[in-house]
Amino acid sequence: MAEFTLPAKSVVKPGKHFPAPDGATNTRRFKIYRYDPDTGENPRLDTFDVDMDNCGPMVLDAIIKIKSEMDSSLTFRRSCREGICGSCAMNIDGSNTLACTMSLEDIEGDITIYPLPHQPILKDLVSDLTNFYAQYASIEPWLKSDSPAPPDRERLQSPEDRERIDGAYECILCACCSTSCPSYWWNSDRYLGPAALLASYRWLSDSRDDATGERLDALEDPFKLYRCHTIMNCAQVCPKGLNPAKAIAETKKMMVQRRL
Amino acid sequence: MAQPPAYRPLSPHLSVYKLPLTALLSIGHRATGIVNSLALVIITWTLAGAAGPADSFGFIGAIMQSWFGKLMMFGFTVTLYYHLCNGIRHLFWDTGYGFELEAANKSAKMTLFAAGFLSVVTWLVALA
Repeated sequence: MAEFTLPAKSVVKPGKHFPAPDGATNTRRFKIYRYDPDTGENPRLDTFDVDMDNCGPMVLDAIIKIKSEMDSSLTFRRSCREGICGSCAMNIDGSNTLACTMSLEDIEGDITIYPLPHQPILKDLVSDLTNFYAQYASIEPWLKSDSPAPPDRERLQSPEDRERIDGAYECILCACCSTSCPSYWWNSDRYLGPAALLASYRWLSDSRDDATGERLDALEDPFKLYRCHTIMNCAQVCPKGLNPAKAIAETKKMMVQRRL
Repeated sequence: MAQPPAYRPLSPHLSVYKLPLTALLSIGHRATGIVNSLALVIITWTLAGAAGPADSFGFIGAIMQSWFGKLMMFGFTVTLYYHLCNGIRHLFWDTGYGFELEAANKSAKMTLFAAGFLSVVTWLVALA
């Protein structure tokens, strides 16, 4: 059953204030979710007044600046800083996205940053993605073929067959979509979520894969696939512009079509 | 190796998420579905009452003629049309069409407009 409110120990309390350095004239206020596992205290919302005159253009630039100059204990994941690794996924200004590709200019007013929603939090903006990765593994994201690979070259596909996995193979597993989905919030223990289902569709639609029936059998369950109610949050937030909702609908269609 | 922390707080979700229009319509579909179910019980009750003896008919008639009764019925008209229009939108989705973001956002606005428009037209005809 869906729990619409946070458990008492997860409720976010007001936090500390970090003022801008003396002499800063162009400042912006960042409100950032903090949780320190060592104290066991409730999470809190800290405010940082950041000097924007020497800050990069992206949200990631700003939080790296905060970590370097204001509070070195601020903890978050980041790596490539160009939207390909998916590490810096977080909830910025009420919506999930990558901090590295989110321009500060595109946010009005204060910048509020939370971790990915409805996830167990390890520290600050770092959530535990064990369940998310386990769900990805559960769809068995590898080629299953009945025929042996040609000894002298790769398995070839026609350009048309190759096109069918466009929009499905580009996923970087940042978890923006799954953690934006209310259905996933309430049922992440049983519903696979948009990211895993998009990955599943990537193999279902691959002409070289021979396990389509087996893969569909594995999804035949009231929760794994069918908890998608076309809320569309996944497609709205995907930083790669992918559309998991469509992939899920196509999977549902395959379920029907194989019975006809 | 360090022990995993004993407690992991749940990050905020519904309270901090800015739900896009498509999500609001999804919640609206559920909400109107519930309202429609309740409204059908009330309507059945009014029909049963109106089919009864004269005092029962008069009682139901008085409620339905009052501003409160009309407001209830107008509200039910809106929820019924909303659920119908959004249901048609879902039928298109079920066949695999209308998933592109632009299409989904546009069909959301069309659903809202159609539900409002049909409700007003229905009542203009009913009151004419």
